Amino acid sequence: MGNNLDAITTVFTEFYYWVTVVFMFLIHVGFCLYEVAASRRRNHLHTLMKNTMVIPLVTVTFFFFGWWIYFAFPNGPFITGGIEWDAAQGARPWDDNMGTNLSDRINGVFWAAFLLFSWTAASIVSGAVIERIQSGAFWILAVIIGSGTWIIDAAWGWHYGGWMVKLLGYHDAYASGVIHAIAGGFALGVLVVLGPRLGKFAADGTPRDIPPHNVWLVTLGLFLIYTGFWGFYAACNVPIISPETIGGQITGETWTATNIYLAPTTLSAITFNFLMSLSGGLMVAYIISKGDPFWTYSGGLAGVITASAGNDLYHPIQAMLIAGVGAWAAYKLHYWVERKFKIDDAVGAVAVHGYAGFIGLVIAGFVLWGQPSSPFEGYATINPLGNFIGALIMFGLLGFLPAWIVSKILNGMGLLRIPRKVELEGLDFESNQAFEAAKADVIKAELAMVK
Amino acid sequence: MSTNGMTSWAVDLKDVAAVYPFQGAEFIMFIAGLAFWLWWHWAQMRMEATEIRHEMDADASGAEAKKAIDRY
Repeated sequence: MGNNLDAITTVFTEFYYWVTVVFMFLIHVGFCLYEVAASRRRNHLHTLMKNTMVIPLVTVTFFFFGWWIYFAFPNGPFITGGIEWDAAQGARPWDDNMGTNLSDRINGVFWAAFLLFSWTAASIVSGAVIERIQSGAFWILAVIIGSGTWIIDAAWGWHYGGWMVKLLGYHDAYASGVIHAIAGGFALGVLVVLGPRLGKFAADGTPRDIPPHNVWLVTLGLFLIYTGFWGFYAACNVPIISPETIGGQITGETWTATNIYLAPTTLSAITFNFLMSLSGGLMVAYIISKGDPFWTYSGGLAGVITASAGNDLYHPIQAMLIAGVGAWAAYKLHYWVERKFKIDDAVGAVAVHGYAGFIGLVIAGFVLWGQPSSPFEGYATINPLGNFIGALIMFGLLGFLPAWIVSKILNGMGLLRIPRKVELEGLDFESNQAFEAAKADVIKAELAMVK
Repeated sequence: MSTNGMTSWAVDLKDVAAVYPFQGAEFIMFIAGLAFWLWWHWAQMRMEATEIRHEMDADASGAEAKKAIDRY
């Protein structure tokens, strides 16, 4: 920090990201609440612990290698260049930037912001597979997406030097694809191998509704996810930067906030658009689901996710209408896929995150057609084909495919799905038996003490 | 062609204002937004009327209503 202005800018940036991380913690709280409420009583504890342990497992692996991948792989590698060994110095766990360091105050908070995205990616998958996946298998899958595939996609399409941004003009400012489409595709890849919960489909293939045990808590969980989503949006921005520091084509001396591609936007823009897209999603989902609380709240989320790719640049009314389209499509596609392919997505995660994210990318390609994807010279402009190819890469190549392959391997080893008996009696059967025995024992003891 | 008129960021930001797509069509977007909002009220009221009609047709004896009151 050379002078006081630099010091204030640096400390402001450090504090800004720290606040976003605290806000984003609510996303995980919301996901845990939402999943437990969606599960049946005999599976509560395992459902909670399955998602809770994402926190430490993805955190340590993201420290060990996830963060390095982001800086090392923007070129593919071998698409627009090799591995960025030099740029990735400072992100290896043995570098002195990865600890208390008075000359680098940003690395830790920036790492944490990305880490919270990692938890979210894994958490999205977690809800879809409740009540029949083995926790051990899920945690392997969580590390693969949380510290592997999602951060590869971020290096490719969510980095100012990413090859998808350079060559395709890929634009995905608030992660319709890089978080949501990939996580939805990943969840689908697991579900195809994992199969539906027992009783989900009648003998003739007709799907049965398995209602959440507590709809109110499901919606409270989604409310918390909305709240954390504010932090997520802010964390996707660089809060203040000068044209000189960006080092691209921007002239003059006006400082600005930027998106992750270092292209200018404002916090006001994303505040307008977050709220208008949330509203568009909620309104459409309420009508299409006939006022169903679960789908109305999910539709609000799907709305924001659909508009997220372009919410740095959309007009608020555009964001609202695009969100409405996404919420409608997510709802319709969820039930169509369920009927047609017998996919049991317990919380609609593939639809709300995967399909809405995919559609959001395609729409952004059209609505932002021709606009610059980057402040740097020589990059492709935003275009429909680039964003469509990007959506296929996110949902299919980095989402569905690795999940399907790893799930096949785990399934082949007998590690993916719990036995039928355990599924029927519930994952918490033994814990519940112990609980009842302990309860009976202490009640008996206390009653004996009453004169 | 660019939907917001910009094809590069080779500009001085002090000279740049709105950057959203389809500038000049704000009033049309406003009308579209207004129509969406009004449609929502129409659709919601229609849906609610159907729901109330179904509920009026159900439980002619009042037995279920008594149970619902009892459950608080």
